Amino acid sequence: MRLRVDNVTKEFGGVRAVSELSFTVEPGRVHSIIGPNGAGKTTLFNIITGVYTPTQGRIWLGDDDITALPPAARAARGIARTFQNLQIFFNMTALENVMVGRHLHAPRRILPSMFHMPGIKRANREARERAAELMRKVGLARFIGADADSMPYGALKRLEIARALATEPKILLLDEPAAGLNPKETLEIDELIQKIAQSGITVVLVEHNMKLVMGVSDHILVLDYGRRLAEGTAAEVRNNPDVIRAYLGVGAVAGAA
Amino acid sequence: MGDRAQKSLFDLSVARKVQGTAKHSPHAPLSATEAAPGGDGAVRTVGAWLFSARTGGVLLLAAIVAILPLFLPNKFYFDVAIKTALHAIVCVGLNLLIGYAGQISLGHAGFFALGGYASAILTARFGWPGLVAMLAGAVGVGVLAFLVARPILRLKGHYLAMATLGLGIIISIIINREIPLTGGPDGMSVPALWVGPWRLTGPITWYWISGVTLVLAVWLALNLVESPMGRALRALHGSEVAAETTGIDVTRYKVLVFVVSAVFASIAGSLFAHAERFMTPVEAGFLRSIEFVTMVVLGGMASIFGSVVGAAILTALPQVLAVFHDFKHLALGAILIAVMIFMPKGLVPTLAALWRRRVG
Amino acid sequence: MAEFLQFLLSGITVGAIYALVGLGFSIIYNASHVINFAQGEFVMLGGMGTVFLMAAGLPLIVAMPLAICVVVAVGLILEKLAVEPARDATVVTLIIITIGASIFIRGAVEVTLGKDFHRLPGFSGDEPILIGGAALQRQSLWIIGALIVVVAGLKWFFDHTRLGKAVLATSHNRIAAQLVGIEVRTILLVSFGLSAGLGALAGILTAPITLTKYDIGIMLGLKGFAAAILGGLGSGFGAVAGGIVLGVIEAMAAGYVSSAYKDAVAFVIILGVLFFMPSGLFGAKGAERV
Ligand SMILES: Nc1ncnc2c1ncn2[C@@H]1O[C@H](COP(=O)(O)OP(=O)(O)OP(=O)(O)O)[C@@H](O)[C@H]1O
Ligand SMILES: [Mg+2]
Repeated sequence: MRLRVDNVTKEFGGVRAVSELSFTVEPGRVHSIIGPNGAGKTTLFNIITGVYTPTQGRIWLGDDDITALPPAARAARGIARTFQNLQIFFNMTALENVMVGRHLHAPRRILPSMFHMPGIKRANREARERAAELMRKVGLARFIGADADSMPYGALKRLEIARALATEPKILLLDEPAAGLNPKETLEIDELIQKIAQSGITVVLVEHNMKLVMGVSDHILVLDYGRRLAEGTAAEVRNNPDVIRAYLGVGAVAGAA
Repeated sequence: MGDRAQKSLFDLSVARKVQGTAKHSPHAPLSATEAAPGGDGAVRTVGAWLFSARTGGVLLLAAIVAILPLFLPNKFYFDVAIKTALHAIVCVGLNLLIGYAGQISLGHAGFFALGGYASAILTARFGWPGLVAMLAGAVGVGVLAFLVARPILRLKGHYLAMATLGLGIIISIIINREIPLTGGPDGMSVPALWVGPWRLTGPITWYWISGVTLVLAVWLALNLVESPMGRALRALHGSEVAAETTGIDVTRYKVLVFVVSAVFASIAGSLFAHAERFMTPVEAGFLRSIEFVTMVVLGGMASIFGSVVGAAILTALPQVLAVFHDFKHLALGAILIAVMIFMPKGLVPTLAALWRRRVG
Repeated sequence: MAEFLQFLLSGITVGAIYALVGLGFSIIYNASHVINFAQGEFVMLGGMGTVFLMAAGLPLIVAMPLAICVVVAVGLILEKLAVEPARDATVVTLIIITIGASIFIRGAVEVTLGKDFHRLPGFSGDEPILIGGAALQRQSLWIIGALIVVVAGLKWFFDHTRLGKAVLATSHNRIAAQLVGIEVRTILLVSFGLSAGLGALAGILTAPITLTKYDIGIMLGLKGFAAAILGGLGSGFGAVAGGIVLGVIEAMAAGYVSSAYKDAVAFVIILGVLFFMPSGLFGAKGAERV
């Protein structure tokens, strides 16, 4: 499904974090959004997922205007995300974190839950198995029995991805999945993103690691001060003089190439 | 705000999970799937079933409830046991709200008292059958909780504390002032509970009624905790924004758990009214609400069995401390502070963790 | 009209007390994000302390500062022994700790000073002043005067002293404050001492009007908390405004509607305000950062 950001503005007090921004994410692609610190990338994610309401503008998913939908309803329509500042359920085990991702696919009425009806039993088993499978898929097999708060940072980043995947999203928003990771872990995330994209999920990626971005993206949007600075394929963006000046710097371009 | 989701040990089941070996716990990930085939697997599964918090814990609690009367020397002790069980029911419900969903309430004594007075007034003044009155009280309290939950639970932290506290105090003031109906500060006596032809009175009868109801309440709560809904509650405690974006309708679940905990309190209050045959506004007071929260926290947040332990200690302790007469409050305050400083996770999770370290 | 004036005057008096108690909540909340449920106990201690010091033969002028000093010491001890060790605990844990402290203090007073009501003489006599047909207690003037002095004093303290500025800085950003060398622990101590002193002052000033007893701190504390919440937690101006508003509405409701439900009024207002303004009248709003 196509995700369309339509003339969106978000102001905090006097600060315009996102400014009259429009773009479209085509289905099945890896669509990256890059830009310097404070460019408004995370704010944009928060608007797309319904965490913030935009000051102005609309968000479209397919033919539907989802601007007024709360986050949970957007998740139900297939939008999932991870967070730049980890939002792990630290009061749960790693596996349970991912099981929460199955929420939308499980029965959740109060009386059957309290009386532990067979449907609940089945849902628990299903969620447990799917979650374990996803944890293996993102490379967290050895943390299946662990408490979330005993896990290292890099593993938590992947745990968020597993949780997001558990919702069976059509569009997955990743906010700096490689931040703070070492080169080896970054490479693994790189592969994981490609695997996810291959499975047909649209990926919207915010990331500062240019090598990663240039490698996996079908399409790149460059933001600066909440506005669109440039847009195109990796090659187009890389050679755009505005981008080089405003953000990448000559060295970074050379390094990424 | 310092309200980082604390690492909470969800009852004994999780405590075992952390051991790394999944074999004792059916909730641990792969015991069901990976250890399934073979005779060993079958033994493990039965073992797992028995040792799980849900089944094993409930059985253990039932056993304690069954055996305890042998050690209760007289009516006074039965009375303490009855109060303990009824307080524990409130705390089990309250723990769903505070410990699991992470929403504080400083007004639950209000719901407890509303249940009690509903039973008292409907049976004494209007001649309703006891069970019908109890049900009406529970439904009424549930509806009230539902109506106030949405605006109240939008609030966070101290604002939520203030709102629930205010609600509890308003209830308590109404009970104090509506003298024709409630008897005011002097309280009112409550008729015995009739169920069909049986008139339920006496400490032993009420011991069994409250004991069985407690076991049932614990079982229901544990079931809820171990369901997708229960995970949703814990998730919104851990990170509200992550819960939302994972598809959890956070408001709906907060409202739901608030209503559930209020109904638990209401039913416990109704039973209390009939067991004690008397209701006073003290039961609705701010200090009573605080006591309930303290029981939950003392026993252990997000530990259903902890709530039972907390209720037992704080119900029995004042009786024991009554020996010291005037020093009761002094001691209670000191104990509260000490436990919170030295065992902020509460007794049961702290002891469970110690036990795990000892065992391996 | 005289009636209205009467209600207004007593409302402002009571409101000024709530404001003083509410200020205590705000100061501690600002410095530590702790809600000190023992704040009401400071108020009780101030009144009871003065009563007993005077009973021991000291004149008011000596007993009052001495009682305040004692209560400040209690506040410092509370911070040091109960709050400091649990600095990193959750909100709920801290709430329970301060509640434990309040039960403890109440229990201690119950044991040592007893459960009776006590009364202080009015500072400048008990003859009311008549204004437009309404009677104004002389003590009210002391209370309102004290509130004005306290607010001015606090303003001066926060704006012009090193320590005051450090407290403010800590409340805005604890880590940044630490980085510039502010000793956060000292700040916490200062805030508890200050709040305890304010509470004690409120307790002494009100004792001639409302009497004092070992358990008066519960309701006064809750009303003060309500005042602080109404004004928006952490806002000093808000606490004062919230207190006065609460006191006046309460007096009006008691006078014109039902005195039986006087105590409920504050909480009904609080619920109403929170339903529509989740951060109080003057509290900071803002999107939570993710
Ligand atoms: N909740 C908020 N309240 C006030 N200002 C905010 C809020 N969230 C973001 N901002 C501001 O909006 C601007 C954009 O922030 P945003 O987090 O979206 O940037 P970003 O592109 O994600 O940066 P980074 O690469 O550092 O993650 C910044 O100036 C930031 O300070
Ligand atoms: Mg960002």
